[in-house]
Amino acid sequence: MSAPLLDIANLRVSFPTPNGRVDVVKGLSLTLGRERLGIVGESGSGKSMTGRAILRLIRPPGRQAADRMIFDGIDLQAQGERAMRRLRGARISMIMQDPKFSLNPVMTVGAQIAEALRVHERLPRRDLRARVTEMLEAVRIHDPERVARMYPHEVSGGMGQRVMIAMMLIPRPDLLIADEPTSALDVSVQAQVLDLIDELVRNNGMGLILISHDLGLVARYCDRILVMNAGEVVESCAASELQNASHPYTRGLIAAVPRMEETRDELPVLDRSEWSGT
Amino acid sequence: MTARDWLLDDSPASRLQANLGRAWRMGTTLLRNPLAVVGAAIILGLILTAAFAPWIAPETPFGQDLANRLQPPSPQHWMGTDELGRDIFSRVVYGSRITLMIVSLVAVISAPLGLIVGAVAGYFGGWPDRLLMGVTDVFLSMPKLILALAFVAALGPGIENAIIAIAITAWPAYARIARAETMTFRNSEFISAVRLLGASHGRIIFRHVLPLCTSSMIVRVTLDMAGIILTAAGLGFLGLGAQPPMPEWGAMISRGRSFILDQWWVATMPGFAIILVSLGFSLLGDGLRDVLDPKQAGER
Amino acid sequence: MGATLGSGSIRMRRLGRGAGALGGFVVVTALTFLGLLAITFFIGRVVPIDPVLAVVGDRASQAQYDTARAAMGLDRPLAVQFLSYVGEVLRGDLGHSITTNRPVADDLARVFPATLELATLGILIGVVLGVPMGVWAAARQGSWIDQAIRVFALLGYSIPAFWLGLVGLAIFYAGLGWVAGPGRVDIYYDGLVPVHTGLLLVDSAIAGNWTVFFNALDHLALPATILGFFSLAYIARMTRSFMLDQLGQEYITTARVKGVPEWRVIWVHAFKPIRVPLITVIGLSYAGLLEGSVMIETVFSWPGIGNYLTQALLNADMSAVLGATLVIGSVFILINKLSDVLYRVLDPRSRQ
Repeated sequence: MSAPLLDIANLRVSFPTPNGRVDVVKGLSLTLGRERLGIVGESGSGKSMTGRAILRLIRPPGRQAADRMIFDGIDLQAQGERAMRRLRGARISMIMQDPKFSLNPVMTVGAQIAEALRVHERLPRRDLRARVTEMLEAVRIHDPERVARMYPHEVSGGMGQRVMIAMMLIPRPDLLIADEPTSALDVSVQAQVLDLIDELVRNNGMGLILISHDLGLVARYCDRILVMNAGEVVESCAASELQNASHPYTRGLIAAVPRMEETRDELPVLDRSEWSGT
Repeated sequence: MTARDWLLDDSPASRLQANLGRAWRMGTTLLRNPLAVVGAAIILGLILTAAFAPWIAPETPFGQDLANRLQPPSPQHWMGTDELGRDIFSRVVYGSRITLMIVSLVAVISAPLGLIVGAVAGYFGGWPDRLLMGVTDVFLSMPKLILALAFVAALGPGIENAIIAIAITAWPAYARIARAETMTFRNSEFISAVRLLGASHGRIIFRHVLPLCTSSMIVRVTLDMAGIILTAAGLGFLGLGAQPPMPEWGAMISRGRSFILDQWWVATMPGFAIILVSLGFSLLGDGLRDVLDPKQAGER
Repeated sequence: MGATLGSGSIRMRRLGRGAGALGGFVVVTALTFLGLLAITFFIGRVVPIDPVLAVVGDRASQAQYDTARAAMGLDRPLAVQFLSYVGEVLRGDLGHSITTNRPVADDLARVFPATLELATLGILIGVVLGVPMGVWAAARQGSWIDQAIRVFALLGYSIPAFWLGLVGLAIFYAGLGWVAGPGRVDIYYDGLVPVHTGLLLVDSAIAGNWTVFFNALDHLALPATILGFFSLAYIARMTRSFMLDQLGQEYITTARVKGVPEWRVIWVHAFKPIRVPLITVIGLSYAGLLEGSVMIETVFSWPGIGNYLTQALLNADMSAVLGATLVIGSVFILINKLSDVLYRVLDPRSRQ
């Protein structure tokens, strides 16, 4: 077996509060090949911070540390800020949650996509434009030249998220982190966007970390699943074996998913006493 | 359970406990901001100086001593003496009373005025809102100092008129804030609930709307204090505010203007007092804003 | 939605927004100006216990008094008086100054360029230093640099301008001799260059008289720097707060995820969105300087509108006071509203 794409051992992320430092990620470990890994958890479970920590983007006063954090043979923790910057975008990229907030409102869509490429490769202006157009076509945007001239507030949410995908994939990274890529979108376009991510990731042989609160969605698009609760991984299994999950938290989450042929009058609420022990 | 736990209880049992807990949390947050603590200490110092002026000042502010005129700073006269031989330090100490009186009176006149105008406009909406805010906007888009100068010119020089003129230019900013605050909860459930109980408009405004505006108002008034002090001192400097022999800081600088090249201390010393006090209010206001009103942090 | 519109219509919509904003601007400015007139009218005719006495003096006979009262139109109803006042102002008639014995409008036209020159140089200093300071402080939030810049900016809110002017004169003119003293130019250069714009730097440059140019610059240096300090304080503070707001936005994280270098994150991604609000801030600050120059001009005997105003105040010359108030107020309102409209036209985010 070849070396994994990403190997993390005992990752901790903490933030100061009036009552002292609080760990939001408490000792997370994972290994990832060129496969699709899902991280599931409720809001506040530390899953988003995990994504940012991989890019070493936890800003002060937040702090991160790990026993081991190796990406494709590169020790991420040993890299300086400059070296990290060369990795970000180019090798590891991240799709952000809400295009309304994560696209710069005063730069055109095209300029923002082109920038993602330009900070890593020196290209003549004409090639740059061609790559942007090509990438916008790849995310199924018709009339890419016109969209490239638009400002983010002039495009819809679904299109904004496709722009985001184009921006993050244009330097052809090896690992893509998708942090709740569809939770800000209409249900009708969620599947489109996820299918698009899925297709691009498979075609380019990339690794994917899909972060979501939606268990069903992660089970559908991922090979393996990590379930996080309160900063800790409580379950790690293949997506196909999710039904056999052992941890009560995971079972509670599964039980809370509504089904098509539903007979229950009321969806169960998580009973936290089972695992938190207080 | 310790007193601290009781204060920080997430589910307070009484309104008193909730209020005290809130005050405690704000106090501790404020204490963590060193600049705010410095500001608070300066304001406290100003109040104490004003209260105990006769005990702090070595001499009376009016005692002339022509034999010792224009003496440079020395152990006897920390800040030197002025053209009539009066001890500048003593005059600065007594001047704190005038400054404190000016800022208090301006706050007492303009803050409630602005609060009521803003709350009424925001609460009723419609044409009262348009009328009141139209007037407010006209005042707001006017240069404050010039407006105050023109008012004093018409009313005649003097400290009372200076206070009135400054208050007239200060209220519109408060009206804007009070209106914005009122608008945010005008249509909220609890206001509807009180209205359903049959409360009058007056009662709703005074008992339920105004109290919710106070925290942003306190922040704003504190931040404005520096400007008020500077305007008052400016009026004093131009001879339109406090009249001699009152030891008003701006007027003292004005007197020292003729000696600035040779006896620099006469004009310089009262200036330090103005700077210190204005800075104190600014620092405290900044800190208070971070605690009470984080959403408008940085705006001025 | 925007996606279905041609790029031509996008441009049309942007233009249309500009025209709408311009129309609103004219109406709002006119109304505010009317409000200003109402206030000066109120101050001039209603507040003084006896405005006639203020004009004729208390040694006038009853006959003189009545003539003056009728001449001032004070026997007419207030509304009529106000309308005729508005008419006079619109015709450019601001009354007669009892100090200079000339029409106030002529006086103001003569002194205004001096103030303009001073305030413009001041705002240049404020922008060139204030914006980078604000950005720097925000980029290093919480560091000692940030604290130092914050305190420095707060000092701008705490130091009386007239005091700083006096101390500056004592140190840099009398003590060190680095700059020239009060006044616009040394007395023996006064009136040497022909007046075109009234701005001494421009006029002397046109005349090619560099001796006068540098002498004028020497005189401008200290008052302009002091004025610049006050606008710097405001601009740096606002820049810092805008930048902090921006740096907390999601799209800043997006830029960092892309591997954008930190200088570009700050100066392009965070700074670009605040350029438009900054224009408003700079506009307000410029207007504020026209006002702030009242104190500075008094200290530096600068023959501008501020000095004119304070001289009029000391002589109880109400027509001159109100005229100067009106002019400063009008410029203030104009800049104020203009930066408002600029904001709406320039910001691509403005909602359609």
